[in-house]
Amino acid sequence: MSTPATPIWEVFIRSRSGLAHRHVGSVHAADATLALQAARDVYTRRGEGLSLWVVPSSAIVASDPADKEMMFEPTGSKIYRHPTFYEVPDEVGHM
Amino acid sequence: MVTTSITVDDTGFLRLVLARADDALVLGHRLSEWCGHAPILEEDLSLANIALDLIGQARSLYALAGAASGHDEDQLAYLRDDRQYRNLLMLEQPNGDFACTIARLFLYSAYIDPYWRMLATSGSELAPVAAKAAKESAYHLRHSAEWLIRLGDGTAESHRRAQDALERLFPWTGEMFEPLPDDVAVPVAVWDAQVDAVLAEATLARPAPKWQQTGGRAGRHSEHLGHLLAEMQHLQRAFPGATW
Repeated sequence: MSTPATPIWEVFIRSRSGLAHRHVGSVHAADATLALQAARDVYTRRGEGLSLWVVPSSAIVASDPADKEMMFEPTGSKIYRHPTFYEVPDEVGHM
Repeated sequence: MVTTSITVDDTGFLRLVLARADDALVLGHRLSEWCGHAPILEEDLSLANIALDLIGQARSLYALAGAASGHDEDQLAYLRDDRQYRNLLMLEQPNGDFACTIARLFLYSAYIDPYWRMLATSGSELAPVAAKAAKESAYHLRHSAEWLIRLGDGTAESHRRAQDALERLFPWTGEMFEPLPDDVAVPVAVWDAQVDAVLAEATLARPAPKWQQTGGRAGRHSEHLGHLLAEMQHLQRAFPGATW
């Protein structure tokens, strides 16, 4: 439970092979420094990461689940937006 | 079933290795007692991680001591009685509250972190162990210092508890500076500077110098070590050589 003394922080890790930081979970901590230590202790015990971010959960602006139809369903019929009509040469690698 | 205790003639190199190994094992065991009891889940894992670092350090050192004494690491940990243990008295004291646990970890880490760093470049037989331990102790020092600053500079109660912890622990800190055979010596001034800087930020007062407790390096322990060993050694004493 988040309390005024220990707010929640979202944790992002960049793994050894990863290109971007990925969200892995959250921790409670009194401030940013302790949040980073808590993230290290909770989420990198098995060599998962080379870089850590912590972000106050309160800083995240989220879409409203009730807006799902308006926000996300209209794209379902627009298959021409998927780049499935191209052949990606092997040399391009990760996209 | 009775398992006979072993005694080790700890002179010279063995004395040094066992002292450092016993420090790590006893503090590691104390920290492991927090598992499932820490104030928050995050800190529960932090303390368990640190305990495992310390027990890992102890294992590496017991392996070296084993080569020199003819006993393996389990025998050295599980079959020596308290009078054979060479750890610092401060480290065997019961955990007390969270502030006391953190303050002890800080006071020890402020000594052992520069110690491992010096040892790693000393040409000692322990240098490889020291190089690995230094990376761990650096985090132990940072973690305990950050907590001590927040406890000292936190609420009236956390400040009082942190100050009480320092008053209780300081008489045991002098023992860290007793020389061991063929060892490197961390200058007291290095420890003083580290401790004073963190205490200042934590708005905590350094306790006035008093008499210093001694005896751990000679095997003269407080009553608490016997209880700690009874719990730690019980399984191997009851079922010798048990594994899982």
